[in-house]
Amino acid sequence: MKKDIILGGVGGQGILSIAAVIGYAAIDMGLFIKQAEVHGMSQRGGDVQSNLRISDREIFSDLIPQGKADLIISVEPMESLRYIPMLSPDGWLITNSEPFINIPNYPELEKIHNEIRSFPRHVLIEADKMAKEINAAKSANMIILGASSPFLGIEFEKLENAIKAIFGKKGDDVIQTNLNALNLGREFALKHIK
Amino acid sequence: MQKLMLLGDEAIAQGAIDAGITGIYAYPGTPSTEITEYVEHSREAKEKNIKAYWAANEKTAVEGAIGMAYAGRRTMACMKHVGLNVAADAFINSAITGTNGGMIVVAADDPSMHSSQNEQDSRFYGKFSLLPILEPTNQQEAYDMVHYGFELSEKYHLPVLMRITTRLAHSRSGVVRKESRDQNTMQLPKDLRQYILLPAIARTRYKGLLNVQKDLITEGENSPYNKYIDGADKKLGIITFGIAFNYLMENFPDRVVPYPVLKISQYPAPRKMIEKICKECDEVIVFEEGAPMIEELLRGYLNNSLKIKGRLDDTLPRDGELNPNIVGAALGLEISKSAAIPSIVVGRPPSLCEGCSHIDTYLALNEAIAPYGKGRVFADIGCYTLGALPPFEAINSCVDMGASITMAKGASNAGLLPSVAVIGDSTFTHSGMTGLLDCVNDKTPVTVVILDNSITAMTGGQKSAATGKVADICKGLGVEPEHLHIIKPLRKNHEENVQIFKNELEYQGVSVIIPTRECIVSLNKRMREKFKEKKAAV
Repeated sequence: MKKDIILGGVGGQGILSIAAVIGYAAIDMGLFIKQAEVHGMSQRGGDVQSNLRISDREIFSDLIPQGKADLIISVEPMESLRYIPMLSPDGWLITNSEPFINIPNYPELEKIHNEIRSFPRHVLIEADKMAKEINAAKSANMIILGASSPFLGIEFEKLENAIKAIFGKKGDDVIQTNLNALNLGREFALKHIK
Repeated sequence: MQKLMLLGDEAIAQGAIDAGITGIYAYPGTPSTEITEYVEHSREAKEKNIKAYWAANEKTAVEGAIGMAYAGRRTMACMKHVGLNVAADAFINSAITGTNGGMIVVAADDPSMHSSQNEQDSRFYGKFSLLPILEPTNQQEAYDMVHYGFELSEKYHLPVLMRITTRLAHSRSGVVRKESRDQNTMQLPKDLRQYILLPAIARTRYKGLLNVQKDLITEGENSPYNKYIDGADKKLGIITFGIAFNYLMENFPDRVVPYPVLKISQYPAPRKMIEKICKECDEVIVFEEGAPMIEELLRGYLNNSLKIKGRLDDTLPRDGELNPNIVGAALGLEISKSAAIPSIVVGRPPSLCEGCSHIDTYLALNEAIAPYGKGRVFADIGCYTLGALPPFEAINSCVDMGASITMAKGASNAGLLPSVAVIGDSTFTHSGMTGLLDCVNDKTPVTVVILDNSITAMTGGQKSAATGKVADICKGLGVEPEHLHIIKPLRKNHEENVQIFKNELEYQGVSVIIPTRECIVSLNKRMREKFKEKKAAV
């Protein structure tokens, strides 16, 4: 078993919370993991990514080779496209549809969405809107993680357990909100890929 | 033993805690910062009374470590690669003094310059100072090598340099811990003249350092971290250093490389092993994450008869970090073709945060300086360097820590008037104070803007050595009180601030303006914590 995942977004959007949940679940399953992060200057509103690698065998490189990523999970639509060179020809592109606009020349959103739709294996999800609808505005990332869950090769229950462990300190309400978000994302993806 | 998910940086920190350090010294710098932060926040470190000291700069950090090791304790000093330039005087001389307690200096290099102004290779400092270097391949080695490094340091009474690069520093993996060791008791050096580098003593000590080199090479030959892995096909021999080994293995999914491979993680590089691979193989390819330091040695200045491939013959790019694709392509393996980035994607450079105090400072400075024209603002290293980008385009330099003030002085001396320096509070106490003293002594016409946001912001909000002290330091250095202004960079104060800038740009002496407002990220974080506390109290 091997899953190579690129997590994409903008500095400050919290892509590492997604990585933390997947990482926790992977370790729980006794898998090897490596996760390269971006720290430093780019965190100030620049494009950031994380290379998350999960395998049942020892992993050597901290970086995923080009064209070998099984998944791109992005919390921002344009950022999801930035990592296309990393995606394997049969890989999945899962991304939030709602943009984070902090540059003056952000492209027309519809064109970005069309570009994403041009990939045969994609999930384009209105994570922020869906999060607001369940009063979980801060849990958009967990909706995106839920939408990625059918492709991760990790048992869904393990992801739920990871959320319980990671958000444990924050109380039952926070855990439940995040679990709801995770489930909502998953349902959307399962419907979408049928 | 317990298994932890740790960044390479954190593995080093946990290793240092478990290997019995008494204290760790550092100035923050990407990608090294998380080492000291980890110790700072570690409950275990607190229980064991292990202290993390944020120093004013890398030189004072290394000197603190030399002193702690003088007193017989184990210690570590951490910095980014360019920080080792600042600490070089202390570091190089620590090779001559040697050490009493174990001492490791960690330099985190940043090939490809993800967050740095150059990609210098710190291994040159190890070679230059004749000290052993450890270059871990992965997070587990990073952890283990701290224990090993302290043993090595105490065996030879020499500091050890540990060199890591960005991808190891900022990548997480599982690390199995070892038995932890008690701290050393305090003990003075046996020879109380050991650290007195008067020429007569220094000459003797230097000879001692030279004499031990052959033993250090033997250590490299026998190191558990240097391995000769045989392969049947002798057409090619592969030498990897540090994390380059990972990129090699990544290209062989069944983990079997058909060629002999020499994996090196300890220097001086093992001479016999290198000789063996060079003799056995028709050609040798060298993978170094950084400069072609060993490749150049093997090749010889006159390109001796060996067939060496690497960064110096275009087999590999001369600059930038390695990755699995670059290494695979150099071996002639087929690299999977990948799609291009869709043309619709535009760049998203980092930018100043919304509500950042630097924005208001730059808006005021830009307006005040506009009549004189562009090209007269010398800046420094920190978040405010982002003022170089649109929409501000407010600054014209970023060279090395503290250079803003001294470059403004030089330009002013050359006739560029007005001449402005922009420097952050932490950078000011790191290396700016001495330059300001130069200006005061020379009465140079310069306007020095010290951006005081009460924190070392760019590296994630470490305590700044300058907090609450900037104005007093300036006064103490002799800045005239009537040309020293503390302003609050806010939209509503814009007109008033522009006027202060305008007045001081005209002054033919040293003026200092200190825009003072807390970093917005640190303010938000503080407010969140306060809110949590309040909630918990209810």
